[in-house]
Order: sequence, then C-alpha cells, then structure tokens
Amino acid sequence: MTEPLLKVSELTVTLPTRSGYHKAVDGLSFAVDTGEVIGIAGESGSGKTITALALFGLLPRGARVTGSIRLDGAELLGLTSKQLRAIRGRQIAMVSQDPAAALHPILPIGTQLTEHMRHHLGVSKAEARSRAAGLLETVRIPDPEQALRSYPGQFSGGMRQRIAIAVALAAEPRLLVADEPTTALDVTVQAGMLRLLDRLRQERGMAVIVITHDLGVMSAIARRLCVMYAGRLAEAGPTAQLLASPRHPYTRGLLDALPHPERKNAPLVSIGGSPPSLGRIPDGCPFHPRCRYARASCATDRPEPEPLADGRLLTCPPDPLRAVS
Amino acid sequence: MTDPVLQLSSVAVEYRRRGRRVRAVDGVDLSVARGEIVGLVGESGCGKSTLARAAVGLEPLAAGSVTFEGRPVTPLGRRRRPEYLRGLQMIVQDPYESLNPRRKVGEIVADGVRFAGGSRAEGVRRAAELLERVGLPASAADSYPHEFSGGQRQRIAIARTLVARPSCLIADEPISALDASAQAQIANLLGELAADADLGLVLVSHDLSVIRQVADRVAVMYLGRIVEIGDTGTVWDSPRHPYTEALVAAIPRADGAGVLPADLPGDVPDPASPPPGCRFHPRCPLARDSCRELDQQLAPVGGREIACHVRSESGSAASARPPVGG
Repeated sequence: MTEPLLKVSELTVTLPTRSGYHKAVDGLSFAVDTGEVIGIAGESGSGKTITALALFGLLPRGARVTGSIRLDGAELLGLTSKQLRAIRGRQIAMVSQDPAAALHPILPIGTQLTEHMRHHLGVSKAEARSRAAGLLETVRIPDPEQALRSYPGQFSGGMRQRIAIAVALAAEPRLLVADEPTTALDVTVQAGMLRLLDRLRQERGMAVIVITHDLGVMSAIARRLCVMYAGRLAEAGPTAQLLASPRHPYTRGLLDALPHPERKNAPLVSIGGSPPSLGRIPDGCPFHPRCRYARASCATDRPEPEPLADGRLLTCPPDPLRAVS
Repeated sequence: MTDPVLQLSSVAVEYRRRGRRVRAVDGVDLSVARGEIVGLVGESGCGKSTLARAAVGLEPLAAGSVTFEGRPVTPLGRRRRPEYLRGLQMIVQDPYESLNPRRKVGEIVADGVRFAGGSRAEGVRRAAELLERVGLPASAADSYPHEFSGGQRQRIAIARTLVARPSCLIADEPISALDASAQAQIANLLGELAADADLGLVLVSHDLSVIRQVADRVAVMYLGRIVEIGDTGTVWDSPRHPYTEALVAAIPRADGAGVLPADLPGDVPDPASPPPGCRFHPRCPLARDSCRELDQQLAPVGGREIACHVRSESGSAASARPPVGG
C-alpha cells in the first residue's frame, strides 16, 4: 500500500494555560491521500483549529507536541523554522475563516500573489505576474489584470475569500488546509467556493482538509469525515456512512441539531450543555456528561477508537446506536 | 385578522457614500402580527440588517413609515425614546459585544426594570425570573458576561430585552456567531418566546435552514427590495422567484450524497448603482430584454408574492395545477 500524502499519528498537543498544561488535541490520527478531500468536524473547542496549526508548526508559544505528522513520509515535527518555511506555502497552505486577516490591507493583490511564487518557485517577475492573473481567473475574479493592481478593501467579502484562496494556491501546494473557509460567506458564494475546491482537487490532484462544523458542507465535498470532540476523535469514516447512520452519540447529536425540511415546525433537537473548556475535560469519555446514552462505565473508562466492520473508527465502546443504524 | 404589531410601508433607507446617495433599502412593505415569526433572508449587502435597524428606529427613513402598535416609530435621537416604543426591542448578532463586560449579568438585566421605574428589589427579582425563562440558572445573575459561552451570552441578551415585556422583537443574525448546538438552542428559544409571549418576531439571518425551521413567513431580499414573500413552507418547497430558487439550491444538504450545491455566478451589484429594471436580471437565468426595463412589483403567484414579471406571467398560466404539498 502506498504512503498517504499526509499521515498524522497519535498527535497530542498540550497548551499552557493559567491553570497549567492541558491537552487540546489528544491522540489524534488520520491520513489524507493525494486528490482527496477530508473533513474535520466539531464544535468550537474540539481541537480542530489547533490540529491545523500543528500541521504548520504555528502553535502558540509553549505548546508541547508529541506524535507524528508525516508529509510524503517525511516527519514535520521537530523541523527548524527555516525548514518549515520551505514547506509552508509550497507543500501545504492554509485558508482561514477570515479573509481580512489573510490579506495585507495596504499591499496590492498582485504583490501578495507573486511574492510566494518568486520565493518558492523562483520564477521571473513577469512569469509570476502572468501566473497570478491566471490564478485570479481560476478563482473567478473578473478583470484579473485590474485586480492585480487593486487592494483587498476594494473587493467584497466573497471575492476577498476567493483571493485568499488564490494566494494560498500561488506556490501550487499539494495540500490545502481550509479552516472554516465558508462560515462567513453567503450560501451562494459558499456554493461557488465548494465547487472551486472540488475543481482544484480534480484538476491539480490537490488534497484538501476542510475544517468546519457545517455538516452540509462536509456532505457536499468531503469523501471522509473525522468528527472531533474535546480534542479526541469521536468517529471517523466515509462521509456518506457517517451522515446516513452515525454511530457516535455526538455525531448523532450534531445531525439532529440541523434543521430538517421534512420535519417542519418541529423544534430543533440540540445537544444539552456545551463542550468542555480546556482543563475541564471530564474523565472517561469526554462526551459522557452530555450523552443521553451514557452509562456508569463511560464516566471512568477512557474509550479508544476501534475499527468497525464497515471501515469506520468509533470511540464509543457501548455503541448504543448500533441497533438503530 | 388582528392589526399587525409592526407595519413597514414603502420603507426606504439611504446612506451617503462619498457624496453619493446609496439606497440600501428601497420601498419595502412588511407587516408582522403578534405571535408570528417573519424570517428576513438574503445575501450580504441586500439591506436586511439596515431594514431591521430601520424597523426599530435606529436608521432614519428616506421615505415610507414604520408603525409599532399603530404609532410611529421615530428615529432614535437626542430625546428620550417615547414610552410606547418600549415594547419594540432588538437583539444583535454579537453576544460578545452587546453586554457590558464590567457589570454583573443580574445588573445588566435588572437595568431595564429600573429604567421603567421599578425598584431595585423588583429588578433583582425579575432578572432571576427572566434568566430562568431563557434557560440559565438564577445564580447566573452574580456572574460576569465573560464567564458564559456565546450561546449563554445570547440568552442573557434575550433576557435583557424581555424585561421590557416586548410585543415585538427584531433579531439581527442572533445565531450566526454561535456553535451548531447553541444555534439550535437559541433558534428554539426564540420560537418558544414568540409562541408563549405572543411576540411578533423578525428574524434576520443569512442561514436559510434555520429560517426554514422556525419562521412562519419568509421574505427574501435582494439589493434593497423584497423579491419573494410568503408562507415559509410554500416558498422553501417551491420557490418561484429565480433568486429564491438560486438561494435554496445553493444550500448544501447534510445527506451524505456528496452532491455539490448549485452555484449562482456573479456578485451582488453595488447598491450605489443598481441595475435598471429588475435588479436581479444581470445574474438571472431567465432574464429577457423586458427585465432590463420593467421595474418589478410584488404580485401574487402560487400562494405567495414574487417580484418577477416573467414568472408571474408563466405562473398564472400554470396556477391551474394543484398546489405543491408542504
């Protein structure tokens, strides 16, 4: 079997807080193949974004990381910042939730697009310029030549997000990490965005990790899905399977919280309570205080992800939804 | 039918931008009855938030009128807001910014009682009662806003508006900043309040699926105007305005089918120079020459109103078919 493009094994990230060190990500493993879109879902505080930052070596000062992150078989953890700089942007790139934060407000778009290319690809100024115009066309910005001379403030939110993607794509990365890429966007712009990511996957064989709490977005674009809760994997497997027959009570809860057109005027079913904050993660299964299927053992025994016959991983030994699904 | 609690007639709101007038809202009629939830949806820049602000008197009107329980909603100025407008309240998007971080939650909620002339003891009692009403422990009164999650803070903001015993609430993107499970909780809470307290509720959101779940009627806005309005189920299940169709088709369904949502090319035009005729025509798959010229008026088609003469014409011909279920 060939090595996946990205292989994360037993990743644990410990962050310093006022009350000491706490695990924000706890023993997380997943892999991404070339040309594959995977999704990481969960509420805020589930460790989604910390996982993404760990891939880039961009964790807050004082964070401790153990486990392994291998890109094409080469270990990323423990690289020097110089070595990381050669990988960031070139091999893996990131699109964040806030396009305003990703673009420099007083540099023209052209400069922001070409500096990566010149640095990573060593192309000439003219070549970089024409590639940049091509990229803007790819992300469907009208009049690319004019856009290269414009500033971020001159574009709408949706266009800025597309430009931020163009910047991320400038050095032709093999893996794009998109952290809540569409959360701030209108559904129409979001639809265009999802189609763009899918096209890039097909045309360039680019792999994408989409981080979002929106299961609709996941269903549209991610082939496989990892559901995280309190820094740990709750359930992982093919998206279609997870959404059609969730086995972890948390996955079930996330799905139930979505509006269902066919259940008109029925109240939305929400998961009671809120996710635990760092440092207050319960013993045993971290979800047990909110889980309606919890039994005594859930409060004491720490569950581990177990492979199921249908190819998914489930971190819920009682498996109360087995009969239902 | 009883009189609407809130009535907007031909409302227009203008901004000035570099000396030019920009009509953010252009001739909107909308009425809200007690106990009714009206959803207001549309892309960013369509004027839905401006309309919401105008409805409570936070934006001066360029034309038209807003009445609350039959009396005019006057724009907020230096003078004290008229007593009769106390029943018209607003909830804003960001529960992190709408609460004073240096005051205890109980004080924040009790303020409303004291403003209305109640005693301090009365304020403390009402605050405890309302915090419980919105699903928080009464002990929350002694904590500060930062001790709560986003969803809980939005509950506090809602409790604060309830002090005034409102008969109409305007909620501008009240759940957009919250987590998935908190979104469901707040949407449910707003729905309950509308039913229990017989509140008229205008719910502004770019999240159509939540509107679908809780709103009785939905108004779809595009570039300052309502393009389709009607019963939520009717509009959602069989949208007739091409713009509504595009919006509904763009929502990704969490069914695991792996289907990419349909794209609506183009961006919302600059409201400073809206296209002539139908404002949607540059992006509309059905656009004809006449769409460039004819200003569209809302007209009833298939149990709702749409502002599209192309569909209105074909719609009246097709109205012989049985209504779509839902």
